[in-house]
Amino acid sequence: MTSQVSRTAEQADGTNAEEQREPGGTKGVRRLDRVIIRFAGDSGDGMQLTGDRFTSETATFGNDLSTLPNFPAEIRAPAGTLPGVSSFQLHFADHDILTPGDAPNVLVAMNPAALKANLADLPRGAEIIVNTDEFTKRAMQKVGYSASPLEDGSLDGYSLHPVPLTTLTVQALKAFDLSRKEAERSKNMFALGLLSWMYHRPTEGTEKFLRTKFAKKPEIAEANLAAFRAGWNFGETTEDFAVSYEIAPATTAFPAGTYRNISGNLALAYGLIAASRQADLPLFLGSYPITPASDILHELARHKNFGVRTFQAEDEIAGIGAALGAAFGGALGVTTTSGPGVALKSETIGLAVSLELPLLVIDIQRGGPSTGLPTKTEQADLLQAMFGRNGEAPIPVVAPKTPADCFEAALEAARIALAYRTPVMLLSDGYLANGSEPWRIPDLDELPDLSVQFAQGPNHTLDDGSEVFWPYKRDPRTLARPWAIPGTPGLEHRIGGIEKQDGSGNISYDPANHDVMVRTRQAKIDGIEVPDLAVDDPHAARTLVLGWGSTYGPITAAVRRLRAAGESIAQAHLRHLNPFPRNLGTVLKGYDKVVIPEMNLGQLATLIRAKYLVDAHSYNQVNGMPFKAEQLATALKEAIDG
Amino acid sequence: MAETSTEGTGTIEALSLVPKAEARQSMKDFKSDQEVRWCPGCGDYAILAAVQGFMPELGLARENVVFVSGIGCSSRFPYYMNTYGMHSIHGRAPAIATGLATSRRDLSVWVVTGDGDALSIGGNHLIHALRRNVNLKILLFNNRIYGLTKGQYSPTSEVGKITKSTPMGSLDAPFNPVSLALGAEASFVARTIDSDRKHLTSVLREAAAHPGTALVEIYQNCNIFNDGAFEALKDKQQAEEAVIRLEHGAPIRFGADNTRGVARDTATGDLKVVTVTPDNEADVLVHDAHAASPTTAFALSRLADPDTLHHTPIGVLRSVDRPVYDTQMADQLDAAVEQRGKGDLAALLAGGDTWTVVG
Repeated sequence: MTSQVSRTAEQADGTNAEEQREPGGTKGVRRLDRVIIRFAGDSGDGMQLTGDRFTSETATFGNDLSTLPNFPAEIRAPAGTLPGVSSFQLHFADHDILTPGDAPNVLVAMNPAALKANLADLPRGAEIIVNTDEFTKRAMQKVGYSASPLEDGSLDGYSLHPVPLTTLTVQALKAFDLSRKEAERSKNMFALGLLSWMYHRPTEGTEKFLRTKFAKKPEIAEANLAAFRAGWNFGETTEDFAVSYEIAPATTAFPAGTYRNISGNLALAYGLIAASRQADLPLFLGSYPITPASDILHELARHKNFGVRTFQAEDEIAGIGAALGAAFGGALGVTTTSGPGVALKSETIGLAVSLELPLLVIDIQRGGPSTGLPTKTEQADLLQAMFGRNGEAPIPVVAPKTPADCFEAALEAARIALAYRTPVMLLSDGYLANGSEPWRIPDLDELPDLSVQFAQGPNHTLDDGSEVFWPYKRDPRTLARPWAIPGTPGLEHRIGGIEKQDGSGNISYDPANHDVMVRTRQAKIDGIEVPDLAVDDPHAARTLVLGWGSTYGPITAAVRRLRAAGESIAQAHLRHLNPFPRNLGTVLKGYDKVVIPEMNLGQLATLIRAKYLVDAHSYNQVNGMPFKAEQLATALKEAIDG
Repeated sequence: MAETSTEGTGTIEALSLVPKAEARQSMKDFKSDQEVRWCPGCGDYAILAAVQGFMPELGLARENVVFVSGIGCSSRFPYYMNTYGMHSIHGRAPAIATGLATSRRDLSVWVVTGDGDALSIGGNHLIHALRRNVNLKILLFNNRIYGLTKGQYSPTSEVGKITKSTPMGSLDAPFNPVSLALGAEASFVARTIDSDRKHLTSVLREAAAHPGTALVEIYQNCNIFNDGAFEALKDKQQAEEAVIRLEHGAPIRFGADNTRGVARDTATGDLKVVTVTPDNEADVLVHDAHAASPTTAFALSRLADPDTLHHTPIGVLRSVDRPVYDTQMADQLDAAVEQRGKGDLAALLAGGDTWTVVG
């Protein structure tokens, strides 16, 4: 493992570099161990696409990487304004990395708003590539620049590359029969070409991508290719860019295997398809479009040849209702949403608790409350997942920790739902959903066996000796009830949300029976078998940092920094929020201090304190962005010293 | 027409994928062992008996029949049917049934709901089920009152209704469920009455045979909180003037000695009730349930006076062929396999751009 900060030849920006002259070449090449690039522009400038393409090139090259798309909720926010800025940050390295990076080494700013909105995140010395064509008086005034920041000396501490990106793009496309406006649209590809040259990215993938994307408009495909190549050539020929950079593939960072780059939502969609195959049950997704979960619906809708049924419902409630109906019929029922959708689905989740049918509820958390920050990340639905229903309605809760981990988390959620006949909440978030990282593609024989046995015949003998089917007679080990699907002769039965008699499942208002049923449903969830919590503690530390969900990357990066600086700290990360791992209480009591960083106001800390009577210390951030490793390292250091 | 059963085989197209019962069934086969707990005298008993009596006619394997309900008095219905059943939550039965019906085309799925369940809390699901044309049969028991919560006005209650929640009279204009369904692109809309078993059964028969969503509004008497709500349609003498019995292909006539009829108002294009004379007899509208346009069916549904219920049409107002959602969904799955082959998970996971790390 290589730490992000432990190299001796570290630069001011945290990177390591050695410079060399290419034999026969006029330009120098510097070797770096990692780089953080941020592309920023108007929401209509194609920054997400540019970032995606650079990421794909980087993945193909074999670097480890982590990405952070950041965009406004509006599709086309007012042009040239600060709220309209869309950005894409990519951190890539020759070793394993855990986060999209704290501070960019390179900012590509397509307009004054993009410069202004992102400058504060840049360390001194960072490279800034600006599109000078957009630095008109009017555009600068719009974001409050009274003088041009390119000329007033305010960027003196940075390495500024003023490039007339728009003009150069339009010139490069003169041969094409395009209006100026159409030609200008390719300026993001010019920028991509320039950056691809700067960092020695392979270009075949992008060329293929453009040809496929614009297959029906070959003229546009060729124009974009021309802009892309013009950007590359510009880098090679202009004197402004004296050096280019090499970041070697992260050959030793990864176990052997075949890798691809994957985002959280894509990994989650694949995990659901894999779960369907491993369970040999058809997948049924009932969903209503909501940011940042919709991509899972889009992805699953593309895979009907896997027997996947996707149903875009009239509302959130119908989405989960249809999924529950399909589960009653023997499908792997799934609903995908974000926090506001979970609120609407709550009553149906309660019904699923009462019906004791398998159901997956996928919550891609975003900033709240209410509509909140639809495109930003947060972890503030944990208590909603735990308790957001009427009555005693416990459900298991699992959380992925990285984008690629969403695949395994989906399989784990399906395992629990199917084995214990219960709705399961999976808590991903906006950061995991849209962020991406390399993923070792698993062999199919590595995937868990999720096969289920439907009830086939009577399971109970009445006093009179007759054989009957009791829909609520439980498996003594799991406390799961039988799953008897329509079409099975002799097992006709009726279930519903009214309290049921233990065993027979008939309506029962008997007080003692209700007490038994409430406790039994709780016992079933409490008894779910989950792996023990693993603790990473090489130096017998006295302080434990405990996390869950997408904070894994920043927490681990912070822990590495601290250990590299000689501090002792233990780290553990929860996949299972309900039930907690059996050994959690013992683990917690083994440390003098427990720190819980969360992107909420202390929801896991609340659960931990209530359940284990541990004086857990909460460290919180709710600004819609993931933690930065440096900031967490500082907070953890204070906890260690405090 | 696809709506009618194919003579000889006894197979109904809408139910062609549902397995048949091996032995002859009787009403008893569809009665569950649960004690029926509606109030004595409730109209629900008559509907339950009619449905249990009708099901053997379909000859479907009992285990492939599912009743899904919401919340309310009527929604206890599934407990009394010896089939698969789900008593779900308030208003959501059409959504739940949609998931079941679209993923299991070998099932005959019925939704039982009430005026509050279907038209108030569950209004959204009802209209969307209708427009999608999922293979569901929706039985909407309309008693124009909330019974289970003990007597508040419902979305079908007449304006000015005095109830516990409206001591000075209700202010809301009521829904006409048939008009609403027609407006929601329903392919099959019918109305019948709990006490008329023969008519109720005939409507159930046509609904069951219909491919797609069938909405059957059943006027149902709540003898505790809204007794006599449909008396105008049940009292023999009043009913002659009040009830318009629709039969596909027959002139729309009613009243004592069939002296009344429905004709087009040539001035407005709307429908009107006329006294039939030899002079205007040819103008009496012939009911066409299969008309492509719902316009006339809608006009028929508007003849009823919401207060007196006079000129209430019963029978099948509309029954047209429209693509069925679950069939199309299954077709898309088949087409995807045809075009791209059966899904290959290993290939999917690998995707396009990969790189290999050698250990």
